[in-house]
Amino acid sequence: MISASVALARRALRVTLRRPQFLAPLLIFPTLLLAVNTGGLSQATSLPGFWEQYGVTAPYPSFFEFQLAAAMSQSLLLGGVATGIAVALELEMGFFDRLVAAPIPRASIVLGRLLAAGAIALVQLSWFVALSLIFGSGIADGIPGLIEVYLIGAIAGIGFAGIGVTLALRAGNASTVQSIFPLVFVVLFLSSAFFPPNLLTSPADVIAKWNPLSYIANGLRAPIIGASGTSNVLEGFAAAIGLALFFGLLATWSLRGRLQSK
Amino acid sequence: MEPPGKVAEQVSNERINDRGVVPALARRALNELLRVPGAGVPGILAPTIFMLGLSAVFGNVTALPGFDGLDKYMAFVLPVGLLQGAGFTGAATGVNMARDIEQGWFDRLLLAPVRRPVLLAGIVASAALRTLIPATALICVGLLFGVKFPGFLDLLIVALLVMIVASASACWGAIIALRFRTQQAAPLMQIGSFMAVLFTAAYAPMALLQPWLKAIATVNPVNYVLTGVRQGFIGSVSWADTWPAFVAGAGLLALLATFAIRGMSRTTD
Repeated sequence: MISASVALARRALRVTLRRPQFLAPLLIFPTLLLAVNTGGLSQATSLPGFWEQYGVTAPYPSFFEFQLAAAMSQSLLLGGVATGIAVALELEMGFFDRLVAAPIPRASIVLGRLLAAGAIALVQLSWFVALSLIFGSGIADGIPGLIEVYLIGAIAGIGFAGIGVTLALRAGNASTVQSIFPLVFVVLFLSSAFFPPNLLTSPADVIAKWNPLSYIANGLRAPIIGASGTSNVLEGFAAAIGLALFFGLLATWSLRGRLQSK
Repeated sequence: MEPPGKVAEQVSNERINDRGVVPALARRALNELLRVPGAGVPGILAPTIFMLGLSAVFGNVTALPGFDGLDKYMAFVLPVGLLQGAGFTGAATGVNMARDIEQGWFDRLLLAPVRRPVLLAGIVASAALRTLIPATALICVGLLFGVKFPGFLDLLIVALLVMIVASASACWGAIIALRFRTQQAAPLMQIGSFMAVLFTAAYAPMALLQPWLKAIATVNPVNYVLTGVRQGFIGSVSWADTWPAFVAGAGLLALLATFAIRGMSRTTD
């Protein structure tokens, strides 16, 4: 099971790296939005109560450092959509049927894809860490903070990929998976990824409290802005692990359902 | 047998009436909306989600000095959504043109005894008309969420300006389509208008922008168009905000149209 999953993950990674043009949008789009958000709304940090949620004290981090977690979350979500599209294309082209016919555990087909998504998530996170070093002051909590960012991000990336794989296995075509692209923004805007939860307007503030992405984004943010000691990191880990487990199992269940319906 | 030059001259003399070509091409493009109504949905959905999302997330930034007591952030970002809708519509026109090139229909169009700028005008006119659909939808959503009615004069200005931006975006799409000749270049078409609209005073007034973004917004013609579109939603219409918007929009359109026509001429060569 493990060796088959690793082999399939390596294959998925090779296919992705062979066509970097499909990886580029996962980085370019969130980076552009990061630049525009930072350039346009940097004064927002002077709003009363902006840093209250995060337990940081003066001198406060910049709005760019605050927004990095939002860009990471957006990139990881887009990575989930990209994984779903890749699986759907394999279904459309018949490669998936050949995988099913191979003498490997069926669950390794899903697990391999999710492991690859986790590895790609590390590349995505590295891009934004590099930006933080170039345009900001790096990860405020140093190496331990960096490890926290990578762990929460990679686990969340696996969870988002689980959503994409589930959708692909249920829909069976790439265009349906592609059509959820606008929903990525709905999920993002209804979370506290872009702005502190206490400053969101109603009803976004209420929905954000129930949105796991809020906790993942805050978990990614805490080490960047120097707030690793707060509950944000633990909540981030809990949300990411919960998401990865739930959607990983749902994707495996969807695969089973698909094979039974054939 | 007549020499080729003479044949070309005859064809030139028998050119189809330009005034009939533009509406015919625009109608053909608009027919797609009737045949595939779903094709128009992304152009409405994306800017609407963006507008509602930005308002929900950043709604409280109006407390910052510089917004001059504006009580509804949605009034500030609604014009951004209108220009995004225009940009996406123009990009979609470019994608359709790339599809026509891939499928060979565009080559047949080029064989017609019609001047190249007229062909481009037909394609661009369809984008200008199509953009009124997302614009109407966005304004209705904005009014439903409490944005004040800007008045009929401002609505007319808004309609004209978004049509200009959609036309400019369609020209950009045409340039890319003629250069790459494939629908796979769609992200390039979309990202062009996306950046042009967002690298402005989209989220906050000029006074609040960081110096680097302020510098870009100052030289970005879309920023002046945005100011022209925004004026009626956050205050009152003034000549000082209106004429630069039309001059900047027309200049951008003229520049991109020139490159698009050059691209079409090269295609013919």
